[in-house]
Amino acid sequence: MKAAPVVVLLLVPASLALAIAFGSVDLGPARLADALLGRGDEIAREIVWGVRAPRALAGFACGGLLALAGALLQVLLRNPLADPAILGVSGGAAAGALAAMLAGAAAAGVNLAALAGAAIAAGAVFAFSLGRSGWNPYRVLLTGVALASGFGAVVGLILAVAPSSQVQGMLFWLLGDLSPAGDPTAALGMLAACAVLAFSQSAALDVLILGEDKARSLGVAVTRLQAIAFGCATLATVAAVLLGGAIGFVGLVVPHLLRLSGVHRHRALLPLAACLGGSLLALADTLARTLAAPAELPVGVLTAAIGVPVLLVLLARLR
Amino acid sequence: MLAASGLGLSAGGRDLVRALDLSPAPRQCWALLGRNGAGKTSLILALAGLRAPQSGAVAIDGTALGAVPRAELARRVAVLLQDESADFWGSVLDYVMLGRFPRSRSAFGRDEEGLLAARRWLAELDLADRETQAFRTLSGGERQRARIAQVLAQDAEILLLDEPLQHLDLRHQAVVMRTLAARAAEGKAVLAALHEPGHAARHCGFSVLLYDAGRASLGRSSDMLTQANLEALYQCRLEAAGAWSFLPS
Repeated sequence: MKAAPVVVLLLVPASLALAIAFGSVDLGPARLADALLGRGDEIAREIVWGVRAPRALAGFACGGLLALAGALLQVLLRNPLADPAILGVSGGAAAGALAAMLAGAAAAGVNLAALAGAAIAAGAVFAFSLGRSGWNPYRVLLTGVALASGFGAVVGLILAVAPSSQVQGMLFWLLGDLSPAGDPTAALGMLAACAVLAFSQSAALDVLILGEDKARSLGVAVTRLQAIAFGCATLATVAAVLLGGAIGFVGLVVPHLLRLSGVHRHRALLPLAACLGGSLLALADTLARTLAAPAELPVGVLTAAIGVPVLLVLLARLR
Repeated sequence: MLAASGLGLSAGGRDLVRALDLSPAPRQCWALLGRNGAGKTSLILALAGLRAPQSGAVAIDGTALGAVPRAELARRVAVLLQDESADFWGSVLDYVMLGRFPRSRSAFGRDEEGLLAARRWLAELDLADRETQAFRTLSGGERQRARIAQVLAQDAEILLLDEPLQHLDLRHQAVVMRTLAARAAEGKAVLAALHEPGHAARHCGFSVLLYDAGRASLGRSSDMLTQANLEALYQCRLEAAGAWSFLPS
């Protein structure tokens, strides 16, 4: 069981290397090696350092953020089915982004509208779930699910009235797509910040699993912890959604993969979830770019195609 | 010392406790007896600072519980709740070590003293050979003993236990009661909600009887646990069961 952390940590450089080595253009080993070392022809260097490396890192950041948010939400809501979409944030961002696309906005406008939608959803969840006696996980869950289905209806309406020329772009956004990701620096910074913040609370999160009253009796400032972790999960989700659209399954499946492999303490679970989520998304995105090259598949389809069977196999083995 | 004064608790429009003064002192072991719904759990939650009383106050060394930071309170008062989530993925030892949270804050520091304490209480409660087993795979009674070991590992001076004997077989009921009485003898203040007056009479020097409608009486178990009091408490006729009733010696 101690093998799991080692495998996950090795997967990080391996997945990034694969994401840089493969793409719609076959560079061949010699040109690839030259380009990696900053030598050789300019086209190969541009493909490796200007296109593939940022894209690989964007995928890694996005997957890491989603998995981290999923791990936090699963312990906060004490619900194994919790994932970033449950906050309604992805739904809000999707409704905003699609509305902007319908209005014919450029990429920056779409991102801004997605951010506004996510902020509205997050604000609503926070406002409705803060009861008189502090946070209530069930209210969070219900508010999030209700908002998510409300935004789902908005998204459905937009898809129904949008001209067919726009629908494919919208579907790619909804399924998750890293091609417009651009510079990954901000997302990587967000991943690092969220990971450090969440990690600083890891011992208290272990105790929170026992329930809120028990955690209080053991000295955890439960309301403060919940606020920190919810805030962290929300920020991570917003950052991931702005980067790659509504990519599913990473946030749900990755924490479970780790728990089923014997990792349960949050001081290990949180950083490993960020690493595994990042690696899986970088790999899935590599497949999305190469399987049907030069066309690209929506990466969200591939995360589901990889994540679901892996989780089912692990579940079957542990029965 | 933990002291409730003029404590009033109600739930669902019913008075559970009215103007109760109770202070379990060090070296005392208290039994808390009463019918289902009499308010035992509410009283324990109020004493632990987990539920605000409707009237009166609970204080520790003169400071109201609400004014004591949670982290400090957790080093002084440990509580076994009646229901706790069983959703824990780690081993039995990991589970017991969660009780050390108020005493060791660093994520990577090794708590050797805590490890020693955790193993000691696991051994005392007949779980020494279950240390590495997954907590989820324990039986209900074994899980209950692991929960008690966690409370003991917290090493607080005041122990509040809500039905510590639930799910336990006869042997382990006695093991737990002896362990609790021994902690009291060492200088801790112990208060446990029980359903078996026999255990209270044997192991607890003091008893609180919670009657209906907020009435309570408390004092030495030898004075409190009379047949007349228990018949009034449980609202049923009692008789000496003679050869049919057993308590572990």
